[in-house]
Amino acid sequence: MTTVEPPLALLAELTHRCPLRCPYCSNPLELSRASAELDTGTWCRVFGEAAALGVLQVHFSGGEPLARRDVVELVAHAAKAGLYVNLITSGIRLDTERLARLVEAGLEHVQLSLQDFDPAAGDRIAGLPGAQRAKREAAALVCDAGLPLTVNTVVHRQNLERLEDLIDLAVGLGAERLEVAHVQYYGWALANRAALLPTREQLDKATTTVEAARSRLAGRLVIDYVVPDYYAHRPKACMGGWARRFLNVTPAGKVLPCHAAETLPGLDFPTVAEASLSEVWYHSAAFERFRGTIWMPEPCRSCERREMDWGGCRCQAFALTGDAARTDPACALSPDHPLLAEASREAAAATPDFVYRQHANAAPARREGVV
Amino acid sequence: MSTEAARLDGRAILRFAPHARFRFDEVRQAWVVLAPERLLLPDEQAVEILRLIDGERAVDAIVDELASRFEAPRDVIANDVLPMLQDLIDKKVLRR
Repeated sequence: MTTVEPPLALLAELTHRCPLRCPYCSNPLELSRASAELDTGTWCRVFGEAAALGVLQVHFSGGEPLARRDVVELVAHAAKAGLYVNLITSGIRLDTERLARLVEAGLEHVQLSLQDFDPAAGDRIAGLPGAQRAKREAAALVCDAGLPLTVNTVVHRQNLERLEDLIDLAVGLGAERLEVAHVQYYGWALANRAALLPTREQLDKATTTVEAARSRLAGRLVIDYVVPDYYAHRPKACMGGWARRFLNVTPAGKVLPCHAAETLPGLDFPTVAEASLSEVWYHSAAFERFRGTIWMPEPCRSCERREMDWGGCRCQAFALTGDAARTDPACALSPDHPLLAEASREAAAATPDFVYRQHANAAPARREGVV
Repeated sequence: MSTEAARLDGRAILRFAPHARFRFDEVRQAWVVLAPERLLLPDEQAVEILRLIDGERAVDAIVDELASRFEAPRDVIANDVLPMLQDLIDKKVLRR
C-alpha cells in the first residue's frame, strides 16, 4: 500500500459558462447550468480546506472563470489562504480595470488560450467571431499589468500546419511560456475525434517544429509540449496517477481526481456539501478505487512501469473500451491497442464538421446525470 | 553536465522571478517553489542552494559558501550547483 501524499494542486472549475464553443473543450458533455453553481461562500470555504490539506496551487478554470461576477473576491480569498493563484482564461472578458483588481487580489499568473495563428481560423475553432482580436488585446493587458503570461494552444489536424507561426505569435504577444497541447480525446474532443485527430506525419512534423523552436527561442520562450497518446507505445501517467497529486472541483461542487472522471460509471464522487476535501482525498471510495497499483489488471499488474504510468488513463480506458478498470488502450501491451489505429484510419478518411460545445448538443441519454 | 554548467557565469547574481515563490509549507514541513506552470519540491540539498539566492550574492560566492559549509571540493559543489541553477533559469523560476 502506497502512502497517500497531500494533493499538490486544485483545478477549480468555477463555471461551465463560456463565450467560446471549442469542439475539444475539456468540460463534460453534460454542462452545469449557472443555477447549479457553488456560491461565493462555499468556494471560499473550499479554498481554505484545500490550503489546509496541502494544496499549493489553485487553477481558476471553467468554462470561463471571468464569467463569475465574484471572481476577484474568490482570487483574494484563495491567495489569502496561501494558494498560488493561476487564471486559465479565454481572455474574452478581461479589461484593464478588472485585471488590476485581480492583480491586487493576489493573482500570480495568467494562462491564455489561443486557437490558431490565423484569426479567421481561430474564430472558427473558438466558435466566436472576434475571439482572436480579443485575445490579442487580453495578452497585451496581462503583460502591461506585469503578470507572467502563458499561452496555451491546443493543436490538432485543423491548425497544426500553422504551428510555427503560432509559436512566433506567442512570442509576439509577450508570452514567457507556451503550452502546445495536442488534443486529448475525452468528452467533446472524443465526439469530434474524426475532425481533430492528426495523422502520424502531422504529429512527427509538429514534434520537430517544437524541438527546433525550443532551441531557436531558448531563454526567451519556454515551450511545454503535451503529446497525443494515439500514436504512443506506452500510455501517459495521467494526472501523475489517479488521486495521487491533483483534485478537481466542478461548478456544482463535485470533487473529482480529474476533470473527466465524472464520466466514469459506478463511482460516487462526494460534493463539497457532503464532505470536506480532506475527507474526500483520504477516505472516499471513489478516490481509493484506482489509486496505486492494487486495482490493476494484467498486463499492468506485473509491468515494471506500473509505478511510472500508473496504468495510463482511466477515462480513456472507459471511453474506448467501456471498462474503466482495463489497461489504457494507448499502451501497446493492451489487447485494445488496435482501437487507436482504427480511430486514426477513420479520421484520415474524412473530416466531419465540428460538433460545437453547447448545452443543446448534449445527448439526451446523458441528461439523467444533470445536477 | 559540464557543458551545461559552463553556460552560467559565476559572476551572475540570481534572484527569483517576480512571480516565483520559495516558501516553507507547513503541511509537508518542507520548502516548495511555486511558479507559473511549475511546482517544485526541492530536496534538502537543493533547498540549501536556493536559500542562498538573495539577489546579492554571485553564483561563485554561493559555491564558495557551500564548499566551506560541507567541506567539499569547490569543483564538486560547482558541478551540482551550476546545472541546477541553469535549469531553474531555463524554467524561468530564477533570473539574472
